[in-house]
Amino acid sequence: MNDFKALPDLPAPNATRGLVGWFKANLFPSPVNSVVSLIAIYFIITFLAPVVDWVLISAVWTGEGNAACAEATGACWIFIADRLPIFFYGIYPPDQYWRLDVCFILLVLSFGPQFFDKFPYKGPVAIFSLTAFPVISFFLISGGSFGLEHVPTEKWGGLSLTLLLAYVGIVAALPIGIVLALGRRSEMPVIRSFCIGFIELWRGVPLISVLFMASVMLPLFLPDGMNFDKLLRALIGITMFQSAYMAEVIRGGLQAIPSGQYEAASAMGLGYWKQMRLVILPQALKLVIPGIVNTFIALFKDTTLVLIIGLLDVLALVQAAIEDPVWKAVETEGYVFAAFCFWLFCFSMSRYSQKLERKLHTGHKR
Amino acid sequence: MTSNQSAIQMVDMNKWYGDFHVLKDINLNVAEGERIVICGPSGSGKSTMIRCINRLEEHQTGQIIVNGIELTDDLKRIDEVRKEVGMCFQHFNLFPHLTVLENCTLGPIWVRNMPKKEAEDVAMQYLERVKIPEQAGKFPGQLSGGQQQRVAIARSLCMSPKIMLFDEPTSALDPEMIKEVLDVMVELANEGMTMLCVTHEMGFAKMVADRVIFMDMGQIVEENNPHDFFDNPQNDRTKMFLSQIIGH
Ligand SMILES: Nc1ncnc2c1ncn2[C@@H]1O[C@H](COP(=O)(O)OP(=O)(O)OP(=O)(O)O)[C@@H](O)[C@H]1O
Ligand SMILES: [Mg+2]
Repeated sequence: MNDFKALPDLPAPNATRGLVGWFKANLFPSPVNSVVSLIAIYFIITFLAPVVDWVLISAVWTGEGNAACAEATGACWIFIADRLPIFFYGIYPPDQYWRLDVCFILLVLSFGPQFFDKFPYKGPVAIFSLTAFPVISFFLISGGSFGLEHVPTEKWGGLSLTLLLAYVGIVAALPIGIVLALGRRSEMPVIRSFCIGFIELWRGVPLISVLFMASVMLPLFLPDGMNFDKLLRALIGITMFQSAYMAEVIRGGLQAIPSGQYEAASAMGLGYWKQMRLVILPQALKLVIPGIVNTFIALFKDTTLVLIIGLLDVLALVQAAIEDPVWKAVETEGYVFAAFCFWLFCFSMSRYSQKLERKLHTGHKR
Repeated sequence: MTSNQSAIQMVDMNKWYGDFHVLKDINLNVAEGERIVICGPSGSGKSTMIRCINRLEEHQTGQIIVNGIELTDDLKRIDEVRKEVGMCFQHFNLFPHLTVLENCTLGPIWVRNMPKKEAEDVAMQYLERVKIPEQAGKFPGQLSGGQQQRVAIARSLCMSPKIMLFDEPTSALDPEMIKEVLDVMVELANEGMTMLCVTHEMGFAKMVADRVIFMDMGQIVEENNPHDFFDNPQNDRTKMFLSQIIGH
């Protein structure tokens, strides 16, 4: 009998086979597949060609005023360029634009690094973006202290308002949602009933009616003279509404955690909150990242509904600009631009979530 | 090695799941340093009994006193008991989002308030004892079953427990892995740890147990030293059970 001899470890075979190999393997592996691929390519080209033509080739990129676009068969992008400050800043006083610029730069600086694996100070930056950043932004945008001129919330608008609504909604809805989800699974009947009631109440009404209630009905119930800011009311409405959805998404994650995890954590002597924070939530939240981001994206797009209560978000301003007789026939450009703004942010969130999922993947679950 | 002080005392302990009477008048006294093996047919209440010791299950009547602390609804006492009692499960129950090392340091850091550096040193020491220090940086999902169970044992030991509970630690493992886990358990037993093991590994029972307990229908049917238990069982139910597991 031979002695058993372990074979040496070899490097894994090289998996990449170049561009041609990729085409062969993915688009033309068999005659039927090749035909399907060709048909698909044909349709993509016939559909894409006019779009590319309208957006890029025949579009007007330079010039002044409506007249420059009169002859064009493509998009009139100079309209967007002309109105860009309004779309972004709303009716914020132009000499104070820098304050919004600073906030926006801070926003990019505090979230941008999360996309880069190598960036070393992710933790501190994340803490900054959740704590100091909102405070700084509030004092900058609102003013009234540190020698800054006060800008009432009626003057806030445009894409900056959209971002503000979304940011506050997201940052507040996640923790509230977590607390509600834990409460709904609590063994204490009072807490459980409260959370169920809260979630079902907010989930059962459309956001539009929440906003409407917040802006029209609420003041009727408040005593005379007591009045709080319309924007604040909208923010509270959006946050409550989205936390109810968030709670249900997170509860789904909590339910997927096997009871053995709770048992092992209890047996170790960890108390309830430590169990949740160290063992259960990290796993549950990771499981439902797609659902959480889905809710974030829905929230981001739902912010457009604030136009019903007279807040001027980017979509409301685009609509106003289209109706302005100075520019004619620019509806498509306006809506495409608005759609692009929303798509850009939603797509970034989606990419970030995919990245996060890959990073948090720790091998097979047993 | 066995001293006379009680590590665990169960007095007339009863437990129900709803209307179902799972544990009936359990009386058991485990001395410090004693190694006990519990066996019995499926559904006889073995898991339920040892899970009552660290209050993963609540008993309804009778007393359980662990390390001089009686288990009641008082959460402080439950925490005190859990600090001193380690447990290993059939399905390991490692935390999949933490590395092997982090699994081992979680308890010491958050329950015993040990500084991180010290906790890591302790963890590495125990990982060496279960012979997998080289896996410290991996995630549980990247280990074999036997390795995972050894990590689970190391994780419990990091809390320096006075008592270790094992609930069928090898029954989800392949034969080759069973041995590597049993080796660790034998070593632990030889060092004088108080142990309660639910297991059907009769070789292990013969080698290390001070007492073997046979349970059926929620009752302790027979208890004896391993020699007499296997060679000269008193109860017919025990004889039948032994003939079944030895026949296979
Ligand atoms: N949560 C529960 N609710 C109701 N009945 C339960 C529950 N857990 C266990 N039981 C029942 O209690 C009895 C004892 O269960 P236990 O898990 O203690 O058995 P066991 O001796 O460990 O069996 P096995 O060898 O299969 O692990 C079984 O009949 C089981 O069906
Ligand atoms: Mg069992």
